[in-house]
Amino acid sequence: MSGTFVGMPAFPKAAHEAVHNATLRGNLRHATHTIRAKREKAVLEVSDWAELREAGKRIKDHTLRHLDRYLVQLEESVTAAGGTVHWAADADEANRIVTYLVKATGETEVVKVKSMATQEIGLNEALEAEGIRAYETDLAELIVQLGKDRPSHILVPAIHRNRGEIRDIFAKEMSEWGRPAPDGLTDTPAELAEAARLHLREKFLRAKVGISGANFMVADTGTLVVVESEGNGRMCLTLPETLISVVGIEKIVPTWQDLEVFLQTLPRSSTAERMNPYTSMWTGTTDSGTADGPSTFHLVLIDNGRTDTLADEVGRQALRCIRCSACLNVCPVYERAGGHAYGSVYPGPIGAILSPQLRGTGSEIDASLPYASSLCGACYEVCPVAIDIPEVLVHLRERVAQGGQVTEKGAKVVLKPAKGHAAERAAMRAAGWAFTHPAALRTGQRLASRTRRFHPRTLPGPGMAWSASRALPTLPAEPFRDWWQRTNGGRTEQGVADGGRADGGHADGRPSPSGRDGGGRANGEWAGGGEDSGK
Amino acid sequence: MRVALFLTCVNDTLYPDTGRAVVKLLTRLGVDVDFPMDQTCCGQAHYNTGYRHQAEPLARKFSDVFGGYEAIVTPSGSCGAMVRELYPRMGERARAEGRGDTLARTLAPVVPKTYELTEFLVDVLGVTDVGAYYPHKVTYHPTCHGLRGLGLGERPRRLLQAVKGLELVELPGAEECCGFGGTFAVKNPDVSAAMGRDKVRSAESTGAEVLCAADNSCLMHIGGTMARLRTGMRPVHIAEILASTEEEPLV
Ligand code: SF4
Repeated sequence: MSGTFVGMPAFPKAAHEAVHNATLRGNLRHATHTIRAKREKAVLEVSDWAELREAGKRIKDHTLRHLDRYLVQLEESVTAAGGTVHWAADADEANRIVTYLVKATGETEVVKVKSMATQEIGLNEALEAEGIRAYETDLAELIVQLGKDRPSHILVPAIHRNRGEIRDIFAKEMSEWGRPAPDGLTDTPAELAEAARLHLREKFLRAKVGISGANFMVADTGTLVVVESEGNGRMCLTLPETLISVVGIEKIVPTWQDLEVFLQTLPRSSTAERMNPYTSMWTGTTDSGTADGPSTFHLVLIDNGRTDTLADEVGRQALRCIRCSACLNVCPVYERAGGHAYGSVYPGPIGAILSPQLRGTGSEIDASLPYASSLCGACYEVCPVAIDIPEVLVHLRERVAQGGQVTEKGAKVVLKPAKGHAAERAAMRAAGWAFTHPAALRTGQRLASRTRRFHPRTLPGPGMAWSASRALPTLPAEPFRDWWQRTNGGRTEQGVADGGRADGGHADGRPSPSGRDGGGRANGEWAGGGEDSGK
Repeated sequence: MRVALFLTCVNDTLYPDTGRAVVKLLTRLGVDVDFPMDQTCCGQAHYNTGYRHQAEPLARKFSDVFGGYEAIVTPSGSCGAMVRELYPRMGERARAEGRGDTLARTLAPVVPKTYELTEFLVDVLGVTDVGAYYPHKVTYHPTCHGLRGLGLGERPRRLLQAVKGLELVELPGAEECCGFGGTFAVKNPDVSAAMGRDKVRSAESTGAEVLCAADNSCLMHIGGTMARLRTGMRPVHIAEILASTEEEPLV
């Protein structure tokens, strides 16, 4: 994957800053809540949504199951239609191929359609290193590129920016890249869009090479599909003489008819639109003599960890993803941590399961991503291809904490557990032992209850992570099982030895039979003394 | 009907009031409820933290302890979801790992007879008015595993609406996670706390005195946040509200 993200700190650390950045939190909250509500409405309109979701899942699973066959079929169809197919095992190989193809045209600039795959491989940087300038033409990608920023969302890469910030970026940076922003540019959406339109228009008309990704590739016909909503894609796909499309191998569907499902679920899930505004489809170059479109077409198929991911029974469902970004928009963690914290071009819930599979769990950031979720399940609920993201997260946690067999570059290897999980492993083992030995558990509970007056209100070390923002619960005078036994299941209810009440109220503010409320205790105060006051 | 209370390890240790409330409520409704003393933990924390293999003995033990009952009732959406959703998956995974059908077969009997409390009341006992009295303004937070895992839907709200004296107010953004998430709360404390604060702020905006949920783990996080933020609100488990009557009110 892109070198841009190497050396990212672990997710919790990266998220720390974002959480405390009020502007970013505001921008993200506003944007995600708006699109979230719209998506829900757009989906509820469709009476057979559940069936469409199931169909999408099945088509993808079937295709992935027979990917070897469909890839060969795709290559044959594309070739028959006048295109050339290239195979890239990893990012470096893909970048080498594309750079070579651009150089062969003699051009030093290219226009780009927004593409996750080219971001994943770090294509712009690779081209730059060879003296080729790549212009992003999607509005949000343009904002990111001009701002020397990184995308933070799959669909709306500049979601972390507000209008004022965008105006400033345009006014300051556009002249560096081409036509400057008009004087006196304000932050009204119409003016900002017009400035972008004028800036991009000269690039569309000049460029001889276009680079794109694709949302779908139809194996049967060799047709590629790009789904976008600004029209910039249509320009890039039709005006240049040479078109190079860089696409992940999992983007195949067997036939045209399969598109019927995704062209319904994708727009509603991503932009909440009933129908996608610009859906461009092209099949090689066979009709270029009579129609518009490029006369040379190259398709670069990239693996870059996909085959390894496909080898994993639980994790492979991540390859069903159609990059709609509904899971990001509904994710409470994404909303607060922001896209950059995920350290990958794939942020949010899908990024948390995709990056550690495509890149492996070796780096700090990748080993921390499976934990970047409360497992609330909102992502699974909205996913139009029913990827059970929580299931994969838990599966990857297992891989990080325990190690185990994975596939790396096609070979089976056994991973060691990641560093930093030894204490957790020991705790889990101890708890597992206690939970299979109820008598020991009971002794522990009783001991804890008897010493409850001496329990601190804040915890040192790792426990501080809890008590810094949350009061600790107070242990009751006796665990339930002791009450049950003592009172024969409540049939002979009477007072407890040490104070007449089973429960002296909780520091987390819950009520108690005595009506005492221990809430709001100050930091650092100890539970000793006063615990049973008021009785 | 032989009904077992699966209280959960968290409730047993930290929230015995909830357990007593379930016993009181079910007894009042004519259910003979038993608490098998050998019960411990369903294994959820192990499973969700990536220790599936360590969760297996706990799941087997669960099946062993509860297998003989006709119904197993738990006042926890997430532990209920663990048994119903994840026990079958554990069995499948064991099979996929070439360990045969033993685990799947051992766990299968307890899966369909495990009910979260509100499900048991509404679906099995067929009651929504449990004769409770609780004269307070209450807002309800549907916890994630109850909502999306078990699909509890409107059951808890219907039960609360039938409580005498209780004024139920809608919680804005109710379906958003509170940020607890088990070990998530300590592994990603900043994000977890931010989610908790937002949840508490929206609960406060309702003007309710009480935030009610059907899972004490989430309430521990929400309540702990409320205490730190010094709100006047209290977290209360739904069982305690439903157990409260005019004769024996929960204060
Ligand atoms: S995982 Fe599902 S919801 Fe998320 S981007 Fe992919 S298809 Fe959309």
